[in-house]
Amino acid sequence: MTVRTASLPPAPVPARSPAASFSRDVATVFTREITPSVRDPLGLLFTMAQPLLLLFFFGPLLGGVGAGGGGGSWQWFVPGVLVMLTLFGPMMAGYNLLVELLGGAMERMLVSPMNRTAMLIGRTLKEFAVLLVQAVLIVLLAVPMGFELYPLGLLAGLLLLAVFGVGLGSLSFLLAMKSAPSGELFYGVTQLAVFPLMLLSGVLLPMDFGPQWLQTVAMVNPVTHIADAMRALFTGSFTDPSIAWGALSAAAVAAVGLTFGTRAMRKGVGV
Amino acid sequence: MIHARKLSRTFTRKRGKERVEAVRGLDLDVEAGTLLAFLGPNGAGKSTTLRMLTTLLPPTSGSATVAGGDIAGDPSAVRRRIGYVSQKNAASDHHRVRDELVAQGKAYGMTRARAKERADELLDRLELRELADRTPTTLSGGQRRRVDIALGLVHAPELLFLDEPSTGLDPHSRAEVWEFILRLREESGMTLFLTTHYLEEADTMAERVVIVDRGRTIADGTADELKAELAGDRIDLGLRDTSDAARANGVAARFASAPADPSPTPSGTADPTVRIPVPNADSALPEVLAAMEGAGVKVATARGVRPTLDDVFLALTGRSLTEEEPTE
Repeated sequence: MTVRTASLPPAPVPARSPAASFSRDVATVFTREITPSVRDPLGLLFTMAQPLLLLFFFGPLLGGVGAGGGGGSWQWFVPGVLVMLTLFGPMMAGYNLLVELLGGAMERMLVSPMNRTAMLIGRTLKEFAVLLVQAVLIVLLAVPMGFELYPLGLLAGLLLLAVFGVGLGSLSFLLAMKSAPSGELFYGVTQLAVFPLMLLSGVLLPMDFGPQWLQTVAMVNPVTHIADAMRALFTGSFTDPSIAWGALSAAAVAAVGLTFGTRAMRKGVGV
Repeated sequence: MIHARKLSRTFTRKRGKERVEAVRGLDLDVEAGTLLAFLGPNGAGKSTTLRMLTTLLPPTSGSATVAGGDIAGDPSAVRRRIGYVSQKNAASDHHRVRDELVAQGKAYGMTRARAKERADELLDRLELRELADRTPTTLSGGQRRRVDIALGLVHAPELLFLDEPSTGLDPHSRAEVWEFILRLREESGMTLFLTTHYLEEADTMAERVVIVDRGRTIADGTADELKAELAGDRIDLGLRDTSDAARANGVAARFASAPADPSPTPSGTADPTVRIPVPNADSALPEVLAAMEGAGVKVATARGVRPTLDDVFLALTGRSLTEEEPTE
């Protein structure tokens, strides 16, 4: 008997406003993406291994070289590690997308009526949710070591990273789509781009120690401004001009990423 | 269900230096409820056509209405009504089968509760219930294929596209997949559009066969029509005596629908074979045998040969369908 009812068409979909169906699509993609992490939370810990190692084995060294000035080295280093996590997380987002593109899962979702931009945002939001869990863990672990918590600053900082992460994630998706079917372009560019972006942003060591040319290069790197803004926010400051620059950089990355990412998805993927 | 007019797609490769016309002005009309097999050699434009009809790829020119929606003007309307089972695995490696089915239901606008209910229906339907909590990496090829089909059916589409649904499966799984496809169709009256390179599948399962080559439709009809019109039946007679060959050919000429082929003795056999093209081998065979006897020709073996779809393709293009072409 159950076999018979199975052939009946599903209940008709109630008509919704575009905004409601957009957020529903974002939620659908987000839920789908996060389910494996929820089912296997251990995987999250593995992706955290590198930042945690940095926090414990590298962070204490910074105190010795006097980095961070008056704020204390933790106040300086913790936001840097979070920015670093944001750089690596979305890179993985693109990798996951590439895998689903090379398999058939992405195609299956592209023939569904889901909104293309919502598909990008849902995926990056998942990366951000993961980042959020990791950030909370790192902050909690840093507090006993002398990290001073400014809740409002922390919240604002995470928001900044969310915007930046959505943009980076979309760019990473764009790259993944352009790389299909071989995927080589993706691996090449992420290897070549992410590391210099990180090194040239003063995430690990202050750029002040470097020669002038290096500082100049760092100034055109949006990640530098985001890291500077994060550091200001993490000391509880809301008036530092670096915050405006950081917000602007993050917004610019998000705007570019979403525009080109959605365009690529509309144009058709793969072959 | 499908109305395509002058559908074309050109790819530019190597920074615009090389233009590949994958599909060139394809016209196609498919009635609701048909099971259509889309046949052609590799690189004929099958997958590109399918990707355009499923809104994955915008056409360079031409237009198509699929399930009542325009693929370029209103892709969402098309997407809501069609299902697509691609050649690749639709379920991601790290997601459980049931999770993927629920996500797919929600992608089509179902509530969580409805999506779960529908997932369970399909798990039962495709005999996947025991595999619901496993990830696709732990499934066999045939099981994964069933998951793919279940994912394509979540929203009960009016029209289901299947790209090479049985490729890469062992004979048992192939038969199983076909059993599901045919049962589904019987129950729901869904229109099925599939590509396959297993000729015998197209031959036995499809009501309509469309053969494409180099981006164009070159034949369209039922398998029997195509074979009768384009390849035709044949009678092979093995003669006991080589000396009868001339007389046998004389008789054969009276029946032949095309010039008879008194092919030379195949290597390894002593006796000649006469091949006679006829409109219908079954009904012609007794008459031919009687005429041969009347002319004193001693016939050792007699066989009515039906053409395959490969013979049809060969007749149309001079090439065999099963030859691999290194395009795409």
